[in-house]
Amino acid sequence: MSPTDPTRTDPAQNDPLLRVSGLNKSFGDNEVLRSIDLNVQAGQVLALVGPSGSGKTTVLRCLNGLERPDAGTVDFSAGPAVTFSEKTTRRQKESLRTRSAMVFQGYNLFPHKTVLQNVTEGPIQVQKRPKAEAIAEAERLLERVGLAEKRDDYPHQLSGGQQQRVGIVRALAQQPSLLLFDEPTSALDPELVGDVLTVIKELAEEGWTMVLVTHELAFAREVADTVVFMDGGVVVEQGPAQEVLRAPKQERTRAFVHRLLNPF
Amino acid sequence: MEMPDIDWQLAIDSFWPLLRGGLTGTIPLTLASFTLGLALALVLALMRIGGSRVLSGIARAYISAIRGTPLLVQLFVIFYGLPSMGLTIDPWPSAIIAFSMNVGGYAAEVIRAAILSVPKGQWEAGYTIGMSRNQALRRLILPQAARVSVPPLSNTFISLVKDTSLASTILVTEMFREAQQIAAFSQEFMLIYVEAAVIYWVFCLVLSTVQDRLERRLDRYVAH
Repeated sequence: MSPTDPTRTDPAQNDPLLRVSGLNKSFGDNEVLRSIDLNVQAGQVLALVGPSGSGKTTVLRCLNGLERPDAGTVDFSAGPAVTFSEKTTRRQKESLRTRSAMVFQGYNLFPHKTVLQNVTEGPIQVQKRPKAEAIAEAERLLERVGLAEKRDDYPHQLSGGQQQRVGIVRALAQQPSLLLFDEPTSALDPELVGDVLTVIKELAEEGWTMVLVTHELAFAREVADTVVFMDGGVVVEQGPAQEVLRAPKQERTRAFVHRLLNPF
Repeated sequence: MEMPDIDWQLAIDSFWPLLRGGLTGTIPLTLASFTLGLALALVLALMRIGGSRVLSGIARAYISAIRGTPLLVQLFVIFYGLPSMGLTIDPWPSAIIAFSMNVGGYAAEVIRAAILSVPKGQWEAGYTIGMSRNQALRRLILPQAARVSVPPLSNTFISLVKDTSLASTILVTEMFREAQQIAAFSQEFMLIYVEAAVIYWVFCLVLSTVQDRLERRLDRYVAH
């Protein structure tokens, strides 16, 4: 299925699954996000691209409650919106976590737990789902990404690509409404990138809603419905992936895309 | 220096009393003090890394006082000092209190460093699967910190085995007090003290072996 497939529902017709408005974040004097607005429709893939330090990862971390924005609203259609200020409680910030699950650049698997335990830790310990059910679900998900026979291995026994696929399965096992990917292939050897991207692409085709921070522009063009280009903590340009990446309107976007596609 | 004749019969006769002092004095004193000391150390370490400045300050002051004063003085303050304030504690509990307080101070810094050595991403991975801070600490961070702290804590433990000999000064019948009594009675100081030293050494050798095993067991999930 391609983004232009007519059988795919037009995202603009639906209410967004996630609405972000006016997100601001500073670290000390350093303003890393300035008034970020984003909408993510259910079933849509949104790619955040831009140079290092542009604030893409911080946006993702704010959505997952790992960072507390100074101001702005994060509104998941399925739950109460959280409007951030100094008075926002930790509990409000953490309420966002049940909606989304993060896949980290450095995998962050639990080294003292087996592959299966990594995946079932959240469902069993946090969500208190029945153990047998959580294990069966984990095995099914591991099977999907071709790692069924690795269930009893420890993370250090796996390649980077395998570890990241476990990271993705761990996120899926939380049954989130939104998947967040923070440069999921940046730490991988080039020959292992493909396996991970294939899994992400399959998830996109299955209809998972995702926000993806990536430097893989070719991949973003293929998988993403919407591309948001950020630079210096602001959204410079956003729109359909084909438009933003093939025919950017803004000079800064054009320079960035050109530099990434023609590195030499 | 003259080479004394070794009184082998005395060496054999004194072995069992010495070993008994070790088994009923030194070892239980060490185990009880180390266990309590570790619990105290964990609390102190969490006070140090938690958000509260007051708690962190209290823990820091405590650790500084323990590390800055001799263990023998700590022991004397509790056993000989407190009675003048109307608080008399028996030799055994006095020794356990003093040694656990001491271990607590030293081990707190080890545990704190071990917790801080676990990458921040481990906390975040815990948070992203919905864990609270406490859950992440208990299920993810402490197990990983435990692996890092085994070698330094083993050192603390082995020091403690030897330090318990100080309890002889407050009338606790452990191995060294037993040795002092046999030596005074037989006047064979060299023989008896060397014999006690050998038994301490053997205890510590056994502990080092246990430490190796423990490290190897915990190593199974660490990349090499």
